[in-house]
Amino acid sequence: MTLLITVFAAVIATVKWYTRKDDTMMLGILCFLYWGASIMWLVDAVFEYMELGAEYFTPAAEDMLNDTFLGLSVVALGLVIWLVRLLIADPRGVIHKALTRKQA
Amino acid sequence: MACFIVPTAEAVIVTAVKKIERKKEAAGAQSHEVQAHEDRVPLARKLTWLANMLWGGAVLLAFEHIWHGEVTLWFPFLTAMNDAEEMATMLHEMATVGVSMAVLISIVWIGMCIAADAIVRRHSSETAESTR
Repeated sequence: MTLLITVFAAVIATVKWYTRKDDTMMLGILCFLYWGASIMWLVDAVFEYMELGAEYFTPAAEDMLNDTFLGLSVVALGLVIWLVRLLIADPRGVIHKALTRKQA
Repeated sequence: MACFIVPTAEAVIVTAVKKIERKKEAAGAQSHEVQAHEDRVPLARKLTWLANMLWGGAVLLAFEHIWHGEVTLWFPFLTAMNDAEEMATMLHEMATVGVSMAVLISIVWIGMCIAADAIVRRHSSETAESTR
């Protein structure tokens, strides 16, 4: 479930990156972040499948719920990492403008 | 257990190589050496893709390991380090799952580099034909 949620996040981020008007949102970082994690979890899943066999596809409800919760938390963490990098890089100069604005 | 350590180690090496390559390319740009490779994506940029994939994956996997209680924020950081038998399992997992992760990411990256160069070359040849 974690792998599935991360793959969906990677696909959505990639589609958003492809249809972007400019590169000021730094969506490429989000794509690499989620694709990197997806590939790593895919390897993890293959090894688990080799160990468990068909049982891998019929997880217990409790495990599935935990994995879903983990997957959503991973997506949230990825978004936070991307947001922090975006705000630090400040490609649109929004933060700089806000910090240097003179108060009336 | 600690499979993410292998891609993390690769990420550290790739980041260091990327920095060296970026310096070389900056020096090359000053002496106009780069003009000869206009139909290719610069290596430093390609290495940035690999580093981003490795760091991204490693960080999110490390979070998963914290979630499952396999990594702690205090010494020795890996819970498997407290038991010799578990440590052997951890090392085996690093050698199998961890190495496979690093290898698959690298294979995907090589594929990306080949595709990116082909796209750039195709686009530059199309542009050259249309300007004739």
